[in-house]
Amino acid sequence: MSLIAFLGAIELGLIFGFVALGVYLSFRVLDFPDLTVDGSFPLGAAVAAVWIVGGGNPWVGTGLAVVAGGMAGIVTAWMAVKLKILNLLASILSMIALYSINLRVMGRPNIALLGDDTLFTPLESLPVSRYIAFPLAILAGLAVVTFLLNRFLNSEMGLAMRATGENARMASGNGINTSVMVLAGMALSNALVALGGALFAQSQGSADVTMGVGTIVVGLAAVIGGQSLIPGRTILVATLACLFGSILYRLMVAVALNADFIGLKAQDLNLVTALLVGFALVLPRLRRRRRAA
Amino acid sequence: MMMRRRLLSAVLGSMLMAGVAQADTVTLGITQIVEHPALDASRQGALDELAERGYVEGDNLRVSFENAQGDTSIAAQIARKFAGDRPDLVLAISTPSSQSAAAAMSDIPIVFTAVTDPLLARLVSDLEAPGGNITGVVDAPPLEAQLQLIRDMLPEARRLGVLYNPGEANSVSQAEKLEALAPELDFQLVEVTASRTSEVMGAARSLAGRVDVIYVPVDNTVVSALESVLRVGYDADIPVFTGDTSSVERGALASLGFSYYDMGRQTGGLIARILEGEDPGDIPVGSVEKLELVLNRGAAARFGYEIPDTFLGQAVEIID
Repeated sequence: MSLIAFLGAIELGLIFGFVALGVYLSFRVLDFPDLTVDGSFPLGAAVAAVWIVGGGNPWVGTGLAVVAGGMAGIVTAWMAVKLKILNLLASILSMIALYSINLRVMGRPNIALLGDDTLFTPLESLPVSRYIAFPLAILAGLAVVTFLLNRFLNSEMGLAMRATGENARMASGNGINTSVMVLAGMALSNALVALGGALFAQSQGSADVTMGVGTIVVGLAAVIGGQSLIPGRTILVATLACLFGSILYRLMVAVALNADFIGLKAQDLNLVTALLVGFALVLPRLRRRRRAA
Repeated sequence: MMMRRRLLSAVLGSMLMAGVAQADTVTLGITQIVEHPALDASRQGALDELAERGYVEGDNLRVSFENAQGDTSIAAQIARKFAGDRPDLVLAISTPSSQSAAAAMSDIPIVFTAVTDPLLARLVSDLEAPGGNITGVVDAPPLEAQLQLIRDMLPEARRLGVLYNPGEANSVSQAEKLEALAPELDFQLVEVTASRTSEVMGAARSLAGRVDVIYVPVDNTVVSALESVLRVGYDADIPVFTGDTSSVERGALASLGFSYYDMGRQTGGLIARILEGEDPGDIPVGSVEKLELVLNRGAAARFGYEIPDTFLGQAVEIID
């Protein structure tokens, strides 16, 4: 693996770190399996790309992407909470609907941002290579978001949200409005995922309607993988573990891309990635067993 | 501990192996969005053309082929891998793979292929003088010639059904062009869409009774499920024309087009020119010149249509 490929994996891992935080919020904190992310990731990309191509400010475009993602999350939560549609099914409905909505937002399946002014354009003129500048800038953003998320989840409302996910009946017995908590949590979760989508489109130079496929898989791999390697009960450890898992996943893909020396071919990529992630998942258990023996 | 050390050395080994390249061989990185018969054929065409021009894979040409398996974030990682490995040239197959290659590399020559609209995709700003480090071959099907063929073979047909995936950039741009062309040739366009292969059957059925002829553009989703369109055509006696010639072998009536293999050959020619020292920015973006009429006589019978002799005479290939 070359240094540029390594830094590229870090950059993507950091961008998908926003997705991992979003999935952590829905899947772990709210206990809400949410497939909306497969639609809200490209939604964020689509909104930001349309705004930027139209000559708008990239900061505003990214902000609008976050708002759009939050709205997608609210729709899913509303279907689950108010219409009493099963969680998973409600999120599948959102995911399917978002495919059409994303096509409507973009007006076509692919919008190119090559050559437009994006959030990353000012970094191009720095003396540092973009391969280093981009990940550092994303890391800074991710650090701020992780810090704020931690503050929130340890605030009174955050504690109420966590209680809702742990035991909804008990939470509402203690006077917590669980519906509001699910709505707010899902909005926040999908806003984070859409932020990831907006950043992905801007750093990679295009938004494509198919780019959401498998977002939930990557997000879950990051959350479950990261937490199994870095177990811990505090929110800070858990969120950092998710980010670590996200970066690790991309490094695994990068290793799989370089696996041709052992006779593996391009079409084996997904299998190799799955095996590497699977290995990362069982590694802590193997270590524990060895220690016990 | 032992195991971890072995894993570490395997990873380090791969890093080293990727870094070593022999000086006298030419290295070519290929990034392709997904495995697909047409895209694979274009890749093969490029490699065959290169072999004919003296760049033989495994001999003096080292090819690193990566496939994103349909995932754009992996296409981005593949582009970064090549940006780091620094092959002599990168061949990017399909629009998303070309865009991620263009975003990641500004100093390694890139040749794209199987891109329908490189202007809209922002790969180049001028087809005649692309500038920068990128040029390629477009796969825009000759829609006007194809509609003319349908008009000539079916003078009575009025309602033209078109089936495509609204999520594919290439298909949408074809549909837009068809909308503009149809009235000129006295066709009334009926569009139906299918977002995935499992929806193609239903979409095709909805055309039965509403159209006189069906045209399937170059669309990955619909072409993958072509048999479900053909079945509707056979049952309802609606002839099916396709944008790509290889679909005629599978049972469509006719196509006037180019093969992805020939497009690949042309792309291979561009690659060879750049390897010999030409600047990609000076090479105009090409389109496939060689058009071939392919007919399927067996399928014609199943559509309840008899192919006039004049067309049989013009055909490059007739399938029975």
